[in-house]
Amino acid sequence: MQENLDQIFVLLKHWIVSLVPAPVQPYLSVLLSVAAIVVTFPLLFAISVWLERKILARIQNRLGPNRVGPFGLLQPIADAIKSLTKEDIVPRTADAVVHYLAPLVLVVVAFMGFAIIPMGRNMVLVDLDASLLFYFAMGASAEVAVFMAGWSSRNKYSLLGAMRAIAQMISYEVVLLLSSVTVVMMTGSLRLTRIVELQNQYSWGLPHWFIFTPWGLAAFVMYAIAGTAETNRSPFDLPEGESELVAGYHTEYSGFKFALFFLGEYLAMLSISSLGTTLFLGGWSAPFAFLGWVPSWIWFFSKVMLSICVFIWMRGTLPRLRQDQLMNFAWKFVLPLSLVNLIVAGLWRFMGEGWQRWVVTSAILIASYAALALAEQRQRRIGPRRYRYAE
Amino acid sequence: MSLVFWILAAIAVLGGLAAMLLRSTVHCALALTVAFAGIALLFLNLGAQFAGFVQILVYVGAVAILLVFAILLTRGSEPPTHGVFSTTWLAGLVIAAAVFAVLGSSVLSSQRMLPHESTAPAAPVVEIGQALAGPYILPLEMIAVLLTAALIGAVIIALHEKEGEQ
Amino acid sequence: MLGEGVIKGMAETAKNFFQSYFKSDRMTTVCYPEARIPTMHAARTFPFLVYDGEDKLAGLRCTSCQICEKECPPKCIFIEKSTDKKPDFTGRPQFYPVRFEIDISVCMSCQICTEVCPFESIKMDSVFELSTDDRFGGLLLKRDDLSKPNSYYHQIHPDEAAAVDAGLAEEKAKAEAKAAAAAAAAAAKATAAATQPAAGAGA
Repeated sequence: MQENLDQIFVLLKHWIVSLVPAPVQPYLSVLLSVAAIVVTFPLLFAISVWLERKILARIQNRLGPNRVGPFGLLQPIADAIKSLTKEDIVPRTADAVVHYLAPLVLVVVAFMGFAIIPMGRNMVLVDLDASLLFYFAMGASAEVAVFMAGWSSRNKYSLLGAMRAIAQMISYEVVLLLSSVTVVMMTGSLRLTRIVELQNQYSWGLPHWFIFTPWGLAAFVMYAIAGTAETNRSPFDLPEGESELVAGYHTEYSGFKFALFFLGEYLAMLSISSLGTTLFLGGWSAPFAFLGWVPSWIWFFSKVMLSICVFIWMRGTLPRLRQDQLMNFAWKFVLPLSLVNLIVAGLWRFMGEGWQRWVVTSAILIASYAALALAEQRQRRIGPRRYRYAE
Repeated sequence: MSLVFWILAAIAVLGGLAAMLLRSTVHCALALTVAFAGIALLFLNLGAQFAGFVQILVYVGAVAILLVFAILLTRGSEPPTHGVFSTTWLAGLVIAAAVFAVLGSSVLSSQRMLPHESTAPAAPVVEIGQALAGPYILPLEMIAVLLTAALIGAVIIALHEKEGEQ
Repeated sequence: MLGEGVIKGMAETAKNFFQSYFKSDRMTTVCYPEARIPTMHAARTFPFLVYDGEDKLAGLRCTSCQICEKECPPKCIFIEKSTDKKPDFTGRPQFYPVRFEIDISVCMSCQICTEVCPFESIKMDSVFELSTDDRFGGLLLKRDDLSKPNSYYHQIHPDEAAAVDAGLAEEKAKAEAKAAAAAAAAAAKATAAATQPAAGAGA
């Protein structure tokens, strides 16, 4: 019974697929899985939007939306109707084709990222051999969409916002990749299903999630920082800083196209959370061995929504980083720390089982963190300008 | 030569053609991105997953971005003032034909692989990793040294410019 | 230490989040219009006319002297004086305004009309829920809408109303004392005049 509940979506899909003749079956199977993703994640997007407004409001001493339905639960529907019925204004000098395609590319690429995430036992759309690489390939393609949006608007502020966004995304992409490579190193596989399987083991009731190891915790923190920067989320949201650049690269978009950008941003956030959950938090595995009776997909989606809540919590707390502070942080602090983390992960592997490796790896990580922190804080000298203005 | 191959080949070739023939430089860069994506899809069609995804990651995600940045930060993004077609187009045509002849003859005279071979990835990532760390370690290290040298050279050029400015 | 501020900040916002559910000082939002914050005692929005007693017209303090109409900077008061007189609260016959209209889309709440009124008849109100969908007629308040009882004035501005009432009572007492003194003087003169001729006749 519990096994059935765990595999309920897989069994449902098999049943529906068995109703059609054999030649159509593979196509229908893929189509059903794609439809499931295309339905589930926008639903999660609506829930995230509601959660964001309510949590941010409570952090800021106010209630969130509470008029449209009980506790404002129907507010995302009201927002969707509003954005669908708004006039779609395209600037006269804008590049019409590229302007039209930019939000499409962003949303398509964001959806593609979900294709390889294992959302439960046996619940992955495509089990690729190099699935992690596929995910990062899709993440890199999102930058092209950002550039297209910023340039096609023929607006200096949009262009500036787009260039800043791309610079930020490229810098933090390196950090993201290096943090994930630590996990790949330890599991020896790029296949996400294998990574989750390896974390699904328990010793003394506690799971083998990678976040519970020193190198895993460091990698997770760096992954979280890089993930926030990749999706242009506060405190790294200068490209769409509402007080500085109007709305950055999506200034000239209104109506449904803006809704698509919004969708794309939240989907990217959900996607980064899903990957982080898979790599570090054990994917669909339960926190304790005795909780294994709860269906795996419930664990997965709970962890993803918890990550979203942490994103929202960070947005409500931290002030925005300036562009040069952001880039300094990436290249001078997080990147060296992620390289140290790689070495530490290697040490962990080669020192073998035992308490020594915990102590040694934790000591190295803390020492390097302290050294980098001191080095960064010593650089705060007020002196002649050391940067150049753009010409 | 299945239908999928023809469609992907059409995407790659049309992207390349558009990259030459379009008026605005940024449009050309975007068309080149489409061509890169087409090539990546061709890799995937042949079952080389690693090569395909790395093609997207590196070419679309980094090289294309570099191209558009270069276009933006110079005067390339403004509409061209003189004509875009060069006066020495005949020499260019001869050279392009020569390159095409060399590449075509080498491809056609190579060993043909049977179509519809095994669907399992012929080079799983583990084997690529082992090959890179084993027999091909020397080329890997040389490429790493080359990239590091390029990076240091770029930083030195930028530093010199800054000092020249001051 | 780098990162300490982030941890402290996130702890503070988490505390805010959880305590907003049961502590009132962490959740200061008032759900208007179901609940309202009481207006402060010196709040003012637009003028209103005070009447004493029960009858709107009989007790209206305004004598249509038109000083407020002349002093109003944006000229938002329109007064039409009556041709007949009616007795006011103290019994004296006074003019009264047939039409007294204020255009609140023009009024800038400067309270100059309140300051110049010699009869303490126009005071500042504190109602703000005056939205209407009629942009012209709906924002022109007429005499009957503007007249509100003195008890209402005590409700919204108790200190001011008490001071005004004290002042009016004092004036009334002075007037009555003067009238009593005048009456006494007149009675004394009448009795002196009455006794004088009798004395003259006797001698």
